[in-house]
Amino acid sequence: MAEGQSPLAQFEIKTLVPMQIGGIDASFTNSSAFMVASVLAISLFLVLGMRRSALVPGRWQSIVELSYIFIANLLKDTVGSEGRPYFPFIFTVFMFVLFGNLFGMIPYSFTFTSHIVVTFTMALFVFLGVTVIAIAKHKMHFFSFFMPPGVPMYMAPLLIPIEIISYLSRPISLSVRLFANMLAGHTLMKVFAGFIVALGVFGVAPWLFVVALTGLEIVIAFLQAFVFTILTCLYLNDALHLH
Amino acid sequence: MPQLDISTFSTQIVWLVITFAALFLVMWRVAVPRISDALEQRQTRMDDNLNKAAEFKKEAEAAIEAYEKSLADARESAHSAIADAQATLASETAAKDAELSAKIKSMLSESEASINKATEEAMDNVRAVAEEVAAAAVERLLGDAVDGSVVSSAVDAATKARM
Repeated sequence: MAEGQSPLAQFEIKTLVPMQIGGIDASFTNSSAFMVASVLAISLFLVLGMRRSALVPGRWQSIVELSYIFIANLLKDTVGSEGRPYFPFIFTVFMFVLFGNLFGMIPYSFTFTSHIVVTFTMALFVFLGVTVIAIAKHKMHFFSFFMPPGVPMYMAPLLIPIEIISYLSRPISLSVRLFANMLAGHTLMKVFAGFIVALGVFGVAPWLFVVALTGLEIVIAFLQAFVFTILTCLYLNDALHLH
Repeated sequence: MPQLDISTFSTQIVWLVITFAALFLVMWRVAVPRISDALEQRQTRMDDNLNKAAEFKKEAEAAIEAYEKSLADARESAHSAIADAQATLASETAAKDAELSAKIKSMLSESEASINKATEEAMDNVRAVAEEVAAAAVERLLGDAVDGSVVSSAVDAATKARM
């Protein structure tokens, strides 16, 4: 394959404006541009959708309210009323990941959620935040989380390391799930898109496949944002209620 | 694989933190309060309206009850009025009937008496005429006048024989 047509070329970080903050590279890149675009789009979508705040909502306001109610119900169902103070954060996570995924579906765009460093930073932040909340709420009692109730004492040496490992692997599974889905989906699309031209007339077959795959990828964009959010909610539930 | 290029990590993390924090502030301070306000307002408005509707329904039910009660009262009073009217009408009719029949009876007996009287008078007249006719007939036949008492007794005898 020619240069720039590699299926992985779409994931390259391209510096647009070189910058440094305290000796650290903080250049404005294509990734940064899409993050800023997502934030602007989400803000405009939510704020302009509610600008009239009508008693009987219009089409746009309905979508805004539905997305709000969707995440609010998700939080209520998984965490309960105690999760209410964390709603702005949960809603931010959902919208940020969703718009990041959806913006990646625009041809020639960049998917910032396809980078492990981005998803891992978010997952690590969730993990640390949730752990801090749990320790602040339950103090030393938090460590009983690694010893499920009703387990015989002689199982403890085996069970506690397993529980600790599974707890520590949460940010990894959370971040890898999103990153791998985005990476695989976009790579697959690019590979099959490459076949369209290479096969000439028979390129119709991969073309149809790519059309179907585009639909699937949009579903996955929603699904992965949802999965990331619901797992964050579940971790928050564990932090607030332990078992 | 560009994902493993460590040199790009710092810029991605920095911009992720900046943009995510900015979005979180917008959410926390502007978007979420606005949406929840709108939803709450709608909920309270809906509850208000539902309460009002329930009140109106109660009022309507009370009005219907009152209406039905007055309807039943009116029906009852109408029934009693009809019964009263029928009773007075019946008694009046009976009284008039009685009066009329009494009048008719008296008129009947009166007329019977007058008929009897007229019959008697007529009989008397017939007697007188018969006496005169008999006297005249005897006078013509005999060429001589007859004594009135004789004619009278003869007419009496003839009348009795006929009766």
